[in-house]
Order: sequence, then C-alpha cells, then structure tokens
Amino acid sequence: MPTLRLSVNGQEHSVEEVDPLTPLLWVLRDSLGLSGTKFGCGGGFCGACTVHLDGSPVRSCSILATSAVGRKITTIEGLAGDDGTLHPLQEAWIEHDVPQCGYCQAGQIMSAAALLESNSVPSDAEIDAAMTGLCRCGTYNRIRLAINSAVQKMSNTSARKEGGA
Amino acid sequence: MNDQYLHDVIRDAEAAFEASPETRTQTLGRRSFLKLTGLAGGGLALAFYLEGGTQALAAQASGEFAPNGFIHISPDGSILIYSKNPEIGQGIKTAFPMIIAEELDADWEDVRVEQAPIDQAVYGRQAAGGSRSIPSSWDQLRQAGAVARAMLVAAAAQEWGVPAGECRTEKSAVIHSRSGRRLGYGELANRAAALPVPDPKSLTLKERADYRLLGTRVTGVDNYKLVTGQPLFGIDQVVPDMLYATYTKCPAPGGRVGQANLDEIRSLPGVKQAFVLEGNGQLAELRPGVAIVANSTWAAISAKQQLRVTWDESEAAKDSWSDAVKRARELANQSGSEILGETGDTAKAFSSAAKTVEAFYTYPFVSHAPLEPQNCTAWYRDGVMDIWAPTQTPQRGLTSVAKMLDIPEDRITIHQTRVGGGFGRRLMNDSMCEAATISKQIGAPVKLQWTREDDMAHDFYRVGGFHSFKGAVDDSGKLSAWEDHFVTFSSDGQKPVTGGNMSTSEFPLPLIANFRLTQTLLPLVTPCGPWRAPRSNAVAFAGQCFFHELAVAAGRDHLEFLLEVMGKPRWLDPGSSRALNTGRAADVIRLAAEKAGWGKSLPEGRGLGLAFYFSHAGHFAEIAEVSVGASKKLTVHKVTVAADVGPIVNLSGAENQCQGAVIDGFSTMLGLELSIENGRVQESNFDQYPLLQLAHAPEVEVHFIQSDFPPTGLGEPALPPAAPAICNAIFAASGHRVRELPLSREGFSV
Repeated sequence: MPTLRLSVNGQEHSVEEVDPLTPLLWVLRDSLGLSGTKFGCGGGFCGACTVHLDGSPVRSCSILATSAVGRKITTIEGLAGDDGTLHPLQEAWIEHDVPQCGYCQAGQIMSAAALLESNSVPSDAEIDAAMTGLCRCGTYNRIRLAINSAVQKMSNTSARKEGGA
Repeated sequence: MNDQYLHDVIRDAEAAFEASPETRTQTLGRRSFLKLTGLAGGGLALAFYLEGGTQALAAQASGEFAPNGFIHISPDGSILIYSKNPEIGQGIKTAFPMIIAEELDADWEDVRVEQAPIDQAVYGRQAAGGSRSIPSSWDQLRQAGAVARAMLVAAAAQEWGVPAGECRTEKSAVIHSRSGRRLGYGELANRAAALPVPDPKSLTLKERADYRLLGTRVTGVDNYKLVTGQPLFGIDQVVPDMLYATYTKCPAPGGRVGQANLDEIRSLPGVKQAFVLEGNGQLAELRPGVAIVANSTWAAISAKQQLRVTWDESEAAKDSWSDAVKRARELANQSGSEILGETGDTAKAFSSAAKTVEAFYTYPFVSHAPLEPQNCTAWYRDGVMDIWAPTQTPQRGLTSVAKMLDIPEDRITIHQTRVGGGFGRRLMNDSMCEAATISKQIGAPVKLQWTREDDMAHDFYRVGGFHSFKGAVDDSGKLSAWEDHFVTFSSDGQKPVTGGNMSTSEFPLPLIANFRLTQTLLPLVTPCGPWRAPRSNAVAFAGQCFFHELAVAAGRDHLEFLLEVMGKPRWLDPGSSRALNTGRAADVIRLAAEKAGWGKSLPEGRGLGLAFYFSHAGHFAEIAEVSVGASKKLTVHKVTVAADVGPIVNLSGAENQCQGAVIDGFSTMLGLELSIENGRVQESNFDQYPLLQLAHAPEVEVHFIQSDFPPTGLGEPALPPAAPAICNAIFAASGHRVRELPLSREGFSV
C-alpha cells in the first residue's frame, strides 16, 4: 500500500500504508488525529466532514485521500491563525452561541469560511445555496446570524484597513 | 447565620482536617484520579453524598472526602464546577454550573466547567431525558452553590472576627459591608475548606429578583473547543493501541446470523478479526451480528461492505407499514376495541350537536438520526472495563454491561463524552453493549463505529399512528364532544409500544366535558422508543389540527375558541406544579397572539396558524406564518413561540432549544418518514431521509414568561405545537387541510 504525502493546515504529513480507496475523512481522523472533521453519513449528504481543498469546500467522506495529494488541505483545526487568533466566523459562532450538540458545526464553519473566501458579502440567497450542511439540532437561525455578523466585522476591518492605507 | 452555626462550623472543621493526603489517595481509587490532581494546589472542594437525594453531608478538601463533587475553589481563585449530566445539545453543561454559580455568587469569568465522572453515590441521577435535568436538579444545585457560599462567608467572618451576617458576596468575593474589607474566594478557599458543611436547609436561597447570572445570555462552555475542532465527542475518543470495529446486524430486527463469509473478511487488508456474536436476547442491548475488528475505521467499514451474511429470519420482524395503513383505514369508522377513558355523555352531545366533524389523521414512523452515528470505545483488561460513550443514560448502560458480561459494577467506569445529538436515541445503550462485548472478546481497546446506514436500520423509532376523530360543536359554537379512536402498535398485544400510548390526561381531553378515547393495537416487532417529546410530538399534530377543524366548523376564531376551552385559570391537578395550569396556558396563548400579530390582514396565499400544547410540564403556544404558492410550494416565514417554563437559566440556551425544536418539528413534518416493509426500514441515509436545510428554515422568535413557578425542562416541549401550528397556517393560507404527515405525501414542497 502506498505512502501518501499530504499538506494539511500548512504542515506536510507522510501517511504510510494507506488503502488507495480510503476517503480523506478517515486519514484525517484516524491517521493524523485531526478529529475536528466529523463523520456523519459517509455519502456526502450531511456536510459534517467539510474541509477545504485549495480553498474550496469538499465533503471529505466522499473524496479519496489520494486525490488530495499535492493540494492544500485545510481543516477546522487550521482555520484560526498560527498565533491562535480565531477566524471571524469562529468568533461569531461563540458570540451568538450557535451550537447545540455542536457535532455539525465544524462542517458548517468550514462551509461558511469557503463562502466568505469567494464572496465577502453574500446575499441571503447565496448563503442559502452555500450552506447545505445538515444541522439535526436546528441551529440554522443562528448560523445565518453568525455568518452575517462575521461578514459585518470583516467588512468593517477591511474598510478600516483601506481607510488607513 | 447565628453563633451556634459558627461554633458548629469550627468544631466540624477541626475533625475534618484529621485525615492525611496519603489516606485520601488510597481511598479514592482510579475513578477519582482526575479530580485528585485538581486538588493538588489545595482549596475548597465540595462533594455531595446524597442520602435520599437531598442531604449534603461532606464538603472538605481532605479526609475521606472524595473530590469528585460539584465545586472546587482553588487558592488562585479559579472555580471548577463539575456538570453531572450528559451534554446532548440541550445546553446542560452550561446551565447546571450557572445555577451553582448564581447561588455561589461566583464571577462567571472565574468558572471553569468539566464533565463530572459517573458516580451515582455522589451525584444521584446522571441522565439526559424527559426534559427532567433542570427540574430534578434545581434545588440540589442551588443548595450546592449556597452551601459553598455560606462556608466562604463563614471563613471570611472568622478571618475578620465579625458576624457572618455583616458580610455579603459578589463576583467571587466576600465583602464586609461596614468596613469595606474584601477577600476573594481564592484567598478564603483553604480556610473555608477547614469548616464544616452547613445543613443546606438552614440556608436561604436567592429570590429571582436578585439573580445576576440566571436569565442572562451565556455562550456554551464548550463553544471554543467546538469551533476549533478539539476532541469532545464519543467518536473523538482515542485509547493507545486501540482497534476499530464495525458490527453488522440483520436488517429485520430479531434475525440471527446464518452463514457469513468470515474467512474472506479475515483476509482483507487491515482486518484483525471477524466473528459472530449470538446476542443476549435483548434488542436494546446485544443483538446477534458479525463483528469485524480492524486497524482503522476505514478498514473496518470497507470490510463490512464486503461482508455477505445469510440471515436466519425465522423469528425476525415481518412488519409492513403499508399493511398497517390499510388496516387502520379499515378501522377508521369503528370505535377502538379498548376504551381508555370516557367522560360525560358523548352520544347525547353528538345528537344535539349543531355541527359534527369527522377526520382521519396519520403520521409515520421516523428515526432519531442524531448526526453523530452511534459509537462507543471500550477497553477491557484484567477484569476491569473502561467505556467512553456518547450516551444519555450512562448509569443504565453501566448496569447493562455489568449484567451482560458478568463484571462487577465497581469494575466498570463510564467516561462521559459530549454527545452529538440525543433526541431519545441514546437512552438506549446498544452500541455500548456491543463495544464492551467486542473488547472483552478480543482483550484489547476497541472503538466501535456504526455507519449512518446502521444507525437508520437499527433505531428505536418514533412509532407511527392513526387517529380517527369525531367532534361536535353546539348551538352556541362551543366544543361539546370529542371522540378519538387511536390506532397504535403493540409488541406484546397488551400495551402500546413506547411513545405509542395515549391517556386521558393528554391535552385537550381533561378540558372537554364529553369525550371518549378508544384504542386498537396493531402487532409490531420493530423496536420503538422515546423520540423528542414522546407521544406529544405526534399526538399534538393530530389533536391540535382537529381542534382547529372544530373551531372552523363552529365559525369561530381559533384563538378565542382555544381560550374558551381553557376556561378560568386553575391547575388541572391542584397537587402538582407539573400539571397544566389553564391560566399559564392562556397567558402564553395571548402573548404569542400579540407578538405574531394574530388577526392582522395578510395577502392572498398567506396565513397564520396557532397551536397550544402542554408537555413535559411546559406551556407552549406557537403561531406560524406561512405562504402556500402554486403547486403547493410552501414557505414557513416565521414561527413565534411563547412559553412559560418558570424562571430561565440561560436565556441564550433556552432560546436555542426552542428555535431548534421548532425547526426539528418542521423538518420532521415536511419530508421525513420511514417505510417499513418485510421488517426492514427502507430508508438508509440522508438522501432518502432529507432533513431540513438552512435555506428553508423559518425564523423562530421566542418569548418567555418568566414566572416564579418551579423551572421545568426545555429540551422537548417546544416541539409538539410546531407541526399543528404550521398545518393550521397552511389551512388559513390555502384552505387545504393536512391530515397526513409528512407534508411531502400531500404534495407540498419547499
């Protein structure tokens, strides 16, 4: 079985003896100990396993680990800055007390982070289209609130930066 | 506090300091290891030995004191509070410590929360279910905080040589009002630890007006860990050198393993062992199946996909939902074979009725589908079992494992993990029984992982059911008679399955002068269990939609009709504060109406729908505002919730529970159903069991009436009124009366 070289959260990892059919999810969770990415359905339906591949959201239960070789993988553990500064979405999730059981929230945050990366001021319809991950507890009102709150903060920050430049 | 109390405090403190730290280590055992390290720096820790569930006996950071209690105040001022019950998304890990912190007058910034170990002797009941955590622990936790506070006050009074009565507390400090002297709890912790524990009954608890923390918005104590992806859940547990397992059972409950390609499975990459377990005869513990043990989760799941089993289904379920529907429809025009209750004279009321309405209501089986699939990590070695489990009932699980595997209970430790959704599914500990059995068999630590397909195929389902109603209104437009022939299921032919029972105390029966409730049981093998707001979650849909039908038939406004049925304010069971109070009910109904703008004019195709329900001692009124467009395209714009559950602990968490319950209710009524044929649930994953997505979630606005009645739980009672409120709004918007769920069956889509 091959050895995989994966770039996860800015670090290079060598994972030995990987069955070539292993979904990325299980390499992250079992081999690399990055358990923030969750297993919910195994079929790409629920989004609990959402990570970024070169900045785009993917459902890691439904792509092979081998297909992530040579690409930049970001998981929930790598979303905050190197100095531990939380992403504005993470801050907003805490401020608005979004989670109930919390199991889906890493996937929700990763979906939202990818959205904001490509669209810094999404409309409600764009949020609807991007946020298809399932929350069994029904925290959708707060997820929307937290995204909008993070958008507001990020645009204030960038406006300040532009103003200062 | 009087002088005699202080005298007692000092006397008992002297005795309490006798035992040495060495003695403590010896008597603690491994269960308390974690807490012992927490005590290394000294300080005040409180443990409560429950005698009859009320009396607190010991609270010293020394001696025979087992430090796995509720509170530990360190000399550095940090306050560690243990939250005793499972956190399943109901917010209890934040709410419980808030209750303690309020009476303790702790600064919430100083508080750190940890999940308590499982120990019945110390904590009493440790379970999540029935919306009972807050009501059953309210006094105990307030007393815990008050006792600690009293000891800190006594310590400060002693230090200053002043009467305790001259001292007050705020923000983790004792203050001597007259002199302005102030000592932080950390500075007092060691001195307080030397004092005896006051009788909690001697202490005065705070009035609600004096609350500083309760009723405010506090973000969940695990939120930082959740948003940064740190391990918290059952599925995240890692034990050194552990193996990974799957367990495959017959898709029809009751089936046994016939033949299986075990040799082939054993030869697959990563597979360590594959073997058959016979089961212990209990569907809720260990069913027969094939265990595959491998060196990674994927190797175990991959091998499971190649497992071929011929099942012996001679004693397996043959249940068919479509047959049950047919049979129930045949029964629709008859009374049930069993009379559950009768009051007044329904025959007379019907004969003199101005209007009579008949309707047949149906709701399907549904699954709990918590997002974290069932899993459990177990480690058996040298006669000792450690279990890491996302469970709602750890104590019950421990008992099951002990009995099943013949291991003394004191040799089993259940480690509580955060739980990725409960909804009642994890009241059962089948995955725990499986993991423990597999670990004992292989003599190694093992993490058992169910797939989503396993989870949906082997649930304890919310049972489907049927109501054949007949109701009447009299000449004056008043509700005058109500008949319900309830067709439900039974696994023993004697009584309904769990969650499939009705009683004459179910709202609105106790308020109706002439009613008749009858029942017919259909046979069922498929296991059923409590699903968020058991019974009420389904019965509220049928009953409160039919109630609205009667209001419409009477030509009455639903709100007015409902308030009329409530009558004058009174307790329906005067002896119980957990009973329906018609005054509280009317208050939440009026509040919901006011907030939602009941009676406002709306454009064509848009309507408001109302429902009240009383379950789990909570009074809830909800009003939905919906639009029904062409081709039955449904939009639920908003649901307004008004609730009275007594005082609110964490306003943020409380609102979150209500919002989530309403969205859960809508998600379930919209498109969720299980079709059971030949004993098998046909749906296997979220593509066939489509939970609601964010795009279609209504805005949910929550209003609480914070009454001074004892607090009641919030995990469940906001759910039952959601479905009837939305269905009644659909009627208002479109004239279409929904009598069968899910809505997708009647052609609605979002």
